[in-house]
Amino acid sequence: MWKRDEAVRPVSGQPTAPPPSAPIQAGTPGSRSETSQHMEKDIVNIGKSVVIKGELNGSEDLTIEGHVEGTIQLKEHVLTIGPNGRIKAQVFAKAVIVLGEVMGNVTASDKVDIRDNGSVDGDIVAPRVAIAEGAHFRGSVDMQRKGIAPQPQAAKPVQAPAPAVAPQPQAQQAPVQAPGAPQRVGA
Amino acid sequence: MGLLDRIAPRRSESDVYPGSSVAVDDAVFATKALRKFLTCLTSRESPVLLDLGPVVGTNVSFFGEQLGCKIFVEDVFADLNRHVREGRLEALPEFLRKRFPQPGGSVDGILCWDLIDYLNRPAAQELANELSRVLRPDGALLGFFGTAQPRDMHYTKFVIVDDVNLKHRPYPAAQGRQAILLNRDIIKLFPSLRVSDSFLLQNNLREILFRKPA
Repeated sequence: MWKRDEAVRPVSGQPTAPPPSAPIQAGTPGSRSETSQHMEKDIVNIGKSVVIKGELNGSEDLTIEGHVEGTIQLKEHVLTIGPNGRIKAQVFAKAVIVLGEVMGNVTASDKVDIRDNGSVDGDIVAPRVAIAEGAHFRGSVDMQRKGIAPQPQAAKPVQAPAPAVAPQPQAQQAPVQAPGAPQRVGA
Repeated sequence: MGLLDRIAPRRSESDVYPGSSVAVDDAVFATKALRKFLTCLTSRESPVLLDLGPVVGTNVSFFGEQLGCKIFVEDVFADLNRHVREGRLEALPEFLRKRFPQPGGSVDGILCWDLIDYLNRPAAQELANELSRVLRPDGALLGFFGTAQPRDMHYTKFVIVDDVNLKHRPYPAAQGRQAILLNRDIIKLFPSLRVSDSFLLQNNLREILFRKPA
């Protein structure tokens, strides 16, 4: 779908140049031996000059500094939109870190993180969303709590004879306050 | 020095904005109406919230993670700034009339902050009409309104600390407050809503909680 040319290269092949967007490494930059071990994990850059139109699928972490239009799917991996990245696409990933611009809906199974000067125009669906002070966002945020807890089905083993008396709907879990609080009217 | 200045001395622009950069000191104020607004929201499962201010990460986390809201962020302050910069303020009412894509009666709660003070009358009325349209029956609208003389050229980001405290974070505005609305003016803007609670805070901010009759 997209060619790996000189602008598309594994980070592990760049010995000295600092990565364009720091946050992609999970480890701290402290000890080099540890860092090099972490680098075993493939992290790929799409450089500034690269323009991709179409569907982008991958099974490794990816940093985009170029332009992408279409769809991006990194279902089990981290997508970082670098400061120079310009995305006009539907994005699906495990985690999405935005330092550049995204126009389109972003869906993440773990987290969406819009950093300073990052910009998102579109709807976000993710269990965790972080938006920095200087970030731009327009759209909706759905943290889909209902999607996180599909466990009740696993908890219905056939053992219990089910007395049919104790319906305990989960939705009753925690109303924050009684809605019938006294109301003061006056303008 | 006027009476208002004695009662509620406000920082001048130069205090708040040395040059063009905003001094962020994040004053914390108690809020009376927010908790009641939250109570309205939490009476619904997966409530839909419309936030008319600039996006604030902690607010998104608060409403999204703690209350399970679906949040629409519609930064009308940015729209206002753009219209002022382009010298097209007369087009703002028409713009606001088409601004909100949400279907009628689809929103459970609206955070209106102190936006309406910065709009001229026609724009304020169009905005109020639209907010009344998108709010579902029994939904709640929390509006903030100033009571001091319009002077400072800044908007305020309201950052939720908890359900009884807000941080006020000023940032530059393209135009200042247009008018200080009286309570009756505010109520007239929202003829289809009723005032549920109204508070005058020590910092001269009015909090008004509207409900749409079921």
